[in-house]
Amino acid sequence: MDVALIVRVSRFFAEAAWVTVEISVLALALGLCVGFAAALAKVSDRAVLSLPARVYVSVFRGTPALIQLFIIYFGGPQIGLQLEPFAAGVLGLGLNIGAYMTESIRGAIVAVERGQSEAARCLGLGHLQAMRKVILPQAARLMIRPLGVNSIALIKGSALVSAISVVELTYTAHRFISSTYRPFEMFMLSAAFYLLIISAASHLIRTLDARFALRT
Amino acid sequence: MIQVADLHKAFGAVEVLKGIDLTVERGQILAIIGPSGSGKSTLLRTINHLESVDRGEIWFDGMLVNQPLRGRRFERHVNRIRQHIGMVFQHFNLFPHMTALENITMAPMLLKKTPRREARELAESLLRKVGLLDRIDYYPAQLSGGQKQRVAIARALAMEPKVMLFDEVTSSLDPELVGEVNKVMKQLAQEHMTMLIVTHELRFAADVADHVLFMADGVVVEEGPPAQLFRAPAQERTKTFLQEVFK
Ligand SMILES: Nc1ncnc2c1ncn2[C@@H]1O[C@H](COP(=O)(O)OP(=O)(O)OP(=O)(O)O)[C@@H](O)[C@H]1O
Ligand SMILES: [Mg+2]
Repeated sequence: MDVALIVRVSRFFAEAAWVTVEISVLALALGLCVGFAAALAKVSDRAVLSLPARVYVSVFRGTPALIQLFIIYFGGPQIGLQLEPFAAGVLGLGLNIGAYMTESIRGAIVAVERGQSEAARCLGLGHLQAMRKVILPQAARLMIRPLGVNSIALIKGSALVSAISVVELTYTAHRFISSTYRPFEMFMLSAAFYLLIISAASHLIRTLDARFALRT
Repeated sequence: MIQVADLHKAFGAVEVLKGIDLTVERGQILAIIGPSGSGKSTLLRTINHLESVDRGEIWFDGMLVNQPLRGRRFERHVNRIRQHIGMVFQHFNLFPHMTALENITMAPMLLKKTPRREARELAESLLRKVGLLDRIDYYPAQLSGGQKQRVAIARALAMEPKVMLFDEVTSSLDPELVGEVNKVMKQLAQEHMTMLIVTHELRFAADVADHVLFMADGVVVEEGPPAQLFRAPAQERTKTFLQEVFK
């Protein structure tokens, strides 16, 4: 193992790791927004809302994320959607993880006892009021873990955007391999950075989970 | 105050209410008794439309509950009616993420725009009434079953309902906690609250109710004042049920 080489290139990997973090955080934000909206639509009893949400989830969970990225980045211009690699990456990863978020959020919502929404409704609260005041606060603490699992999956999955030439960790590893011919070191280095990012994210999730556990 | 006429309700192919008629006057206390599965809870839950009905009419305070409105308009209509009908459940259904105070003040603050200060005073007076003022900042998980149920009653009363529905509110309590909840209900009876009480406790029913309704298999078998229904039931079905229970 060429330690001197690793030291020499690690600065570039650190920069690339930051891009991985950025794209993951933005995709996460998008995924959470879409996921919340789709989950609320899915638990609604109105088909105009729940049907599109169901279609969204099955399409984005039922096709490879890589193909979704390709459609957006390479296919996009054909339908007037001209995006930079980074933006296309955020959009593709965000929409993809949003479908998984939808299911996790919906799962947490339906896991809140039925009696809770009945109690709220028979006080006179509307569907959305009951959601906001009674169901979501209880569902929120049930969702932290599953959403955390999705977030970690998203960070790992962000490696896919190297295929649409976003200069993040995986892309950077490839790039240095073609100049140094040292795939072992380069991939190990990028793996180390992924591990660092994911450890930090796991720690954050555990902290949040502990913080929002139900007070008794 | 409440009038139900020819009410039918089926779950799938199983008809659980087969033409129920009942009337509850203002200030009256109706006890509904009957064997398990006879449709008592379902009947109670149709009154505030927690269950939809297939046929018949439910009138509350001059308003038809099951109006043939659709979508949002129906939801608004039902929400308005529900504000006037308090309901207490067997399993309390207190909101676990809120203190006793917040459980009680949430609905008045949200729906009636009661100012926080006023809502707090209301909650204090209701908790005093049910004997739990010292538990105002407790979460449900810190309360005993009997205390939870008393908070649940206070929560329902906070909307100043015209009618209270009780569905076996002491059935999941340890026997020694039943008394404290019954006491609160008796107190409400003395204040002439209109109440519909589904209960397995026939002695309590005999004690507080003005009128008792015996249901079996989705129909009202017999009804009358408690003295008559418990001492001299007219129907064979009622006799058998009472013998079973008092055996
Ligand atoms: N949501 C539902 N879906 C299907 N069947 C139901 C539902 N709710 C109640 N039932 C059925 O309707 C019948 C009447 O139920 P209900 O809960 O009204 O009886 P009950 O008189 O309150 O009984 P208990 O004394 O045990 O509480 C039962 O056979 C029950 O299995
Ligand atoms: Mg019942």
